Amino acid sequence: MKEIRYENGEGKRDKSIRKLWIGIGILVVLSPLGIIIPAYFGAGGAWGEWSLDQIEKIAGFVPEGMKRTARVWKAPMTNYAVPGQGQGPTHSGIGYVLTVVIGIAVTAGIVYLLAKILARKNGTANRM
Amino acid sequence: MHIPDGYLGPATYGTMYAVTIPFWAIASWKLNRTLKARQAPYLAIGAAFTFVIMMFNIPVIGGTTGHATGATLVAILLGPWAAVIAVSVALIIQALLFGDGGITAIGANCFNMAVAGVFIGYGIYRIIAAGTGPQSSRKIVAGAIAAYISLNASALLAAVQLGLQPLLEKSPSGQPFYAPFPLSVTVPAMALEHLFLFGFVEAAVTALVIKYFQKNDPQMLG
Repeated sequence: MKEIRYENGEGKRDKSIRKLWIGIGILVVLSPLGIIIPAYFGAGGAWGEWSLDQIEKIAGFVPEGMKRTARVWKAPMTNYAVPGQGQGPTHSGIGYVLTVVIGIAVTAGIVYLLAKILARKNGTANRM
Repeated sequence: MHIPDGYLGPATYGTMYAVTIPFWAIASWKLNRTLKARQAPYLAIGAAFTFVIMMFNIPVIGGTTGHATGATLVAILLGPWAAVIAVSVALIIQALLFGDGGITAIGANCFNMAVAGVFIGYGIYRIIAAGTGPQSSRKIVAGAIAAYISLNASALLAAVQLGLQPLLEKSPSGQPFYAPFPLSVTVPAMALEHLFLFGFVEAAVTALVIKYFQKNDPQMLG
């Protein structure tokens, strides 16, 4: 009896997790709106996240330390674009979805592994 | 709100790493004591959610954009320490793979969104929602208010860190050495767009997802 109730509980849990991943999937598919809508309204990036060129335009100069530190790290998919991707909104949109999928897979994978490692000594009770 | 490399001087970004690392250590220690293996998928989904919600840039008058973070929501559903880890990993991956936020600023960005954002949101939610059952509509209101205040607090922290730079870091000739704008510019610019728009987006997202869990998976709301 206990065994069956446990399995029902697991089944229900798996179903709820599946539904949540579907929700994430829908958000991923919609994510290009996050660049299309700002582009439509002619909005640039976030306030305070300008490139060196933009800083020069806004402030009239590029601070020395900023010049030195700004390019300390070269991200492989800067600005959520696949390296070598084509120009135009279609390419940007596809590149955005692809990089968001990669980012989520890596993020969720690391958090999942980390959680498994941190939880390895603990039992099966359900408090966090 | 993802501060890039080159905006904060070493004194600031070093301090922010020093402040944030203990929170990562305590979070790992807490989860090591309490987390169950079966909860791992929920943590992964929480991290995935904060990642994807930050992709929805919303334009605001003045030509800039902003976004929600989901920090309060993840804290409500998974607890604050799990949320610290989930949101931090999302921010670190955004910095390393996509250059969204600087690597020198990981400490600052994680403190603003994954530590302060999480604990302020969680604390306010717990106060307003105290004593309510899983289906109480006060939980939705509490989540919305907490999320609104939490995102604004994160933005204010980022604005203060940016605005302090001209005071802290000057070249010999007196020019700003890193982020060039004073507090009188950074704070109003970031506070206004979050007070008038992005805070409400964060509140709406949080309220909607709490409503979803009340309907489909109420045990997540304790």
